[in-house]
Amino acid sequence: MKTFNYHSAKEVKEASKLASSNSAFLAGGMTTIPSMKLGLATYKDLIDIKGIKKLSGIKASGKTIKIGATTKHVEVAKSKEIKKAIPSLAALAEGIGDPQVRNRGTIGGSIANNDPAADYPSACIALNAIIHTNSRKIDAEKFFKGMFETSLKNGEIIEAIEFEIPQKSNYQKLPNPASRYAVVGVYVAKYKRGVNVAVTGAKSCVYNAKDLAGALSKNFSSSAINNVKITSSGMNSDIHASANYRANMVKTFAQKAVDAC
Amino acid sequence: MKRVTLEVNGKKIDKEIPDHTILSVLLRDILNLTGTHIGCDTSQCGACVVHVDGKSIKSCTAFAADLSGSKITTIEGLAKNGKMHPMQEAFKKMHGLQCGFCTPGMVMSAIDLLKNNKNPSDSEIRDWLEGNICRCTGYQNIVAAVKEAASKM
Repeated sequence: MKTFNYHSAKEVKEASKLASSNSAFLAGGMTTIPSMKLGLATYKDLIDIKGIKKLSGIKASGKTIKIGATTKHVEVAKSKEIKKAIPSLAALAEGIGDPQVRNRGTIGGSIANNDPAADYPSACIALNAIIHTNSRKIDAEKFFKGMFETSLKNGEIIEAIEFEIPQKSNYQKLPNPASRYAVVGVYVAKYKRGVNVAVTGAKSCVYNAKDLAGALSKNFSSSAINNVKITSSGMNSDIHASANYRANMVKTFAQKAVDAC
Repeated sequence: MKRVTLEVNGKKIDKEIPDHTILSVLLRDILNLTGTHIGCDTSQCGACVVHVDGKSIKSCTAFAADLSGSKITTIEGLAKNGKMHPMQEAFKKMHGLQCGFCTPGMVMSAIDLLKNNKNPSDSEIRDWLEGNICRCTGYQNIVAAVKEAASKM
């Protein structure tokens, strides 16, 4: 690995000031470190934000659950408040990687990386999340821009992710048997004003499947989407699954999720 | 260079190390604790699992500088007064290893499982060992070893 300067920030302002065009913020490092080892990423400075106390923790209010950016997957998976308010979110966290990854990996790191097959981005879209940064609030729909791309600016730090508590919700995924990343993952959330169906793993970026969501908003049952056509155009095709297979799985897993709600 | 202070297997360590030093490298190359193995080196195989402040992590995917102030336990830190840890005993008794390469990580991971779940079922053991890959035994005896240890711990 190429060498770099390691900084440990104690305040958000301090971390933001240290940022440059050749730096990265470090939380759990579950993607950053392997990427650096493989030479896919090099940085002059790594700014560790785990020491910033206000970035970690879970706060429940009547309507939302707010999770600090450096909160670990294991903490989300075990949180009594989350299990009570949005059990599907705790279950999603429990399904990420393996226990050692869940002991280190963070929710903020996951969404900042925006891997096309990551689990958390689908939760953000389905649960109408607001991404709180050190300078603004961003709607999840506007946050995820494309493959490994978000609307975060240089030096901007995610502080917390605030999820709207749904009436019902469920996340179902077809996990890659080795990595547990989603070959296809579908997060269904039902609100008074309508249903969201967020899909990860299928395309180059997480998306809200509006046609499925529309049909389910009218009739919240898995049979309501029997006749919705899912086209394979734009779907990923690789050794794990063809585009056609993924298109099929989007509907199958949406139905599974609805049935499990 | 960064100065790190750690407690490794009960021993205080104070070292100046390059910023990019990975924990597994510190353990193996600087502290000569070669019981922690490096397999894939990209956090998939689990041969490098150690405990940091009581929780299992993959030491190939953590910077040592990041862990300054932590207490680290490696496979070498398990035996007490020359007596193996019950998990080590169980792996030996149930033939939970063949070549032994994955074993340190398996043992460290399995001990963390029993901290979280004293009496895990077969499927809970297999789920937990998701991040530990063995290429010899086919896992059967590893699961048996973890169950044996659970009955003794």
